[in-house]
Amino acid sequence: MATVTEPAQGHIPREIFPPHPEGLLGGNHDTVTLGDKIADVVIGDRTPRAWWGFFFLGFMLLQGLVVGLTYLFYAGVGIWGINQPVAWGLAIVNFVWWIGIGHAGTLISAILLLMHQKWRTSINRFAEAMTLFAVSCAGIFPLVHMGRPWVGYWIFPFPNNMAVWPQPRSPLMWDAFAVSTYLTVSLVFWYVGLIPDLAILRDRAKNKLQRIVYGMLALGWRGSAYHWRRYEKLYLLLAGLGTPLVFSVHTIVSFDFAVAIVPLWHATIFPPFFVAGAIFSGFAMVVWLAVPLRHFYGMKDFITMKHLELCAKVMIATGLLVSFGYFCELWMGWYSHSEYEWSTTYQRIWEGPYWWSYWALITTNTIIPQLLWIKRIRTNETLLFLIAGSVHIGMWFERYVIIITLSRDHTPGAWGRYAPTEWDYAIMMGSVGLFITLFCLFIKFLPMISITEMREFLPHRQGGRDGHAVMENAK
Amino acid sequence: MSDPHDPHNPVLVPALHGIMAEFQQPDDLVAAVRKAREAGYTRMDGYSPYPVGEIADELGFPRSEIGAIMFIGGLCGATFGFLMQTWITVYDYPISIGGRPFWSWPMFVPITWALLVLTASLSGVFGLLALCGLPQPYHPVFNVPQFARASRDRFFLVIESADPTFGDGSGVKAFLATLNPDSIAEVPE
Repeated sequence: MATVTEPAQGHIPREIFPPHPEGLLGGNHDTVTLGDKIADVVIGDRTPRAWWGFFFLGFMLLQGLVVGLTYLFYAGVGIWGINQPVAWGLAIVNFVWWIGIGHAGTLISAILLLMHQKWRTSINRFAEAMTLFAVSCAGIFPLVHMGRPWVGYWIFPFPNNMAVWPQPRSPLMWDAFAVSTYLTVSLVFWYVGLIPDLAILRDRAKNKLQRIVYGMLALGWRGSAYHWRRYEKLYLLLAGLGTPLVFSVHTIVSFDFAVAIVPLWHATIFPPFFVAGAIFSGFAMVVWLAVPLRHFYGMKDFITMKHLELCAKVMIATGLLVSFGYFCELWMGWYSHSEYEWSTTYQRIWEGPYWWSYWALITTNTIIPQLLWIKRIRTNETLLFLIAGSVHIGMWFERYVIIITLSRDHTPGAWGRYAPTEWDYAIMMGSVGLFITLFCLFIKFLPMISITEMREFLPHRQGGRDGHAVMENAK
Repeated sequence: MSDPHDPHNPVLVPALHGIMAEFQQPDDLVAAVRKAREAGYTRMDGYSPYPVGEIADELGFPRSEIGAIMFIGGLCGATFGFLMQTWITVYDYPISIGGRPFWSWPMFVPITWALLVLTASLSGVFGLLALCGLPQPYHPVFNVPQFARASRDRFFLVIESADPTFGDGSGVKAFLATLNPDSIAEVPE
């Protein structure tokens, strides 16, 4: 397949275009300069120095996972701090934390698409990649938490000569189905979105290896109108299925807790509260990824301050929903007149050994994000980045506070303490390393922003269709 | 070009896939497809770097098959999921948990739903690939050098040799020239 030659290389737009009416696009771009800018990150020879720094950091941290899991498989889950009564430790905290982060990608892509939000176009690709990698990190934890991970497939129903089946009335089996479905659907949604961009990379490839690899991945896509029609319909329907899927998956994750009779777990607030928290943490992670991409890859034309501000607004809304959940938990503890509910609540916030973690949660998740109400703060990249970091910490503590509730059960005879060991932390930091490593590789080898959708999103004068495609063309 | 059908002087000329015209703007391509349709051409295709729904409308492909495929796929997956859980809990491996009914169908909803989404999505993706004939390692349109810009900034109309009025292609070329394209090229098979 032919390589593009002059005059397309070194192309400059033929006029100075007016600024984008909604502030979602900077610079002076037409379809060619836009595609070149994004594709050159992948096709070009230049890798920013910062990429190597991040990759090195991620790869170093990843070794924590390698060593931690190796020792875990050798010695068993006894190397962790878990015991009775706190039988779920950091592994489950990290599982829920990662899967929460993994929800914003599909949310941005799917819900914002259904709601005609044009600003999704700039951030959906790397947010979907974030989803995939976060769900991959999440998936490790329940698997290794099983104690005998080599028989992990027993959670799935299949005819076997032991003549037993897993229990379909248990949330643990729901979890296995929900998370594996979510990973698969996110993967195909991401890949389908990538196919036209892979064709662009194939046609712009600078060497034979790139041409072969991207050519194979592009499946021979040629932009036929018949193909586009089917493609758009599939994309819309995947978004339509992905939206309720996001809600159902995190609802099911919350059922892991809510179906148990542990005080403060057995609550109907859990599903909506978990879903809001997932979106909250996911948007915080989008901010954390978008800021370096703007800074080190010069993507400020495509990921504008307006995008960051919109993310901040979603964070205010979901942060308040989450805070409402915290209030509801306190209220229900008191109003239920259940001795156990109230006693556990009181221990959680004041009398118990882990009261500080509750106040760390309230500070980082409820109080600090209120700064985003102030426009000067939410449009300041550094402060927004720091507040998003506070949300990461807060969302981690939220799950920690829930887990640590196990230390105070119905009867004082069953009380106990929990402290994570160095192996808990090694595997946790290792999963962070896995995420950074995978994300760095994604940035280097695949277009971080959807070129096709951005071209379509360009105003008519700049060669696009003003971002009307999917909803109106999907038939 | 010499006549390939001359028995005394055979020259190997590759068969034609069609004639390709290049346009700068999506609206030019939409207008060209409309005119070609009005001129009676039926076998043609439009190529664009990003989706432009009007092209497919003008080509006479107003509705894709994907919706029906995904609906059927999802229905099969959901039915299978529900029946599988019924089979496990009622017939093959009934376990009494506190005397609750074996056929506790509300508890089957999460897995039924997950399988609905999974099968609907996968049938949609594989349906897309099957209907579009992908993966397709070779296609004649890539033989035309200008077509490298189909993934960049140009829009192409190909009237295919399978069209009943194609003939030797000279009539098609003359017709395409009336549309003011940037270039016209033969697409070798």
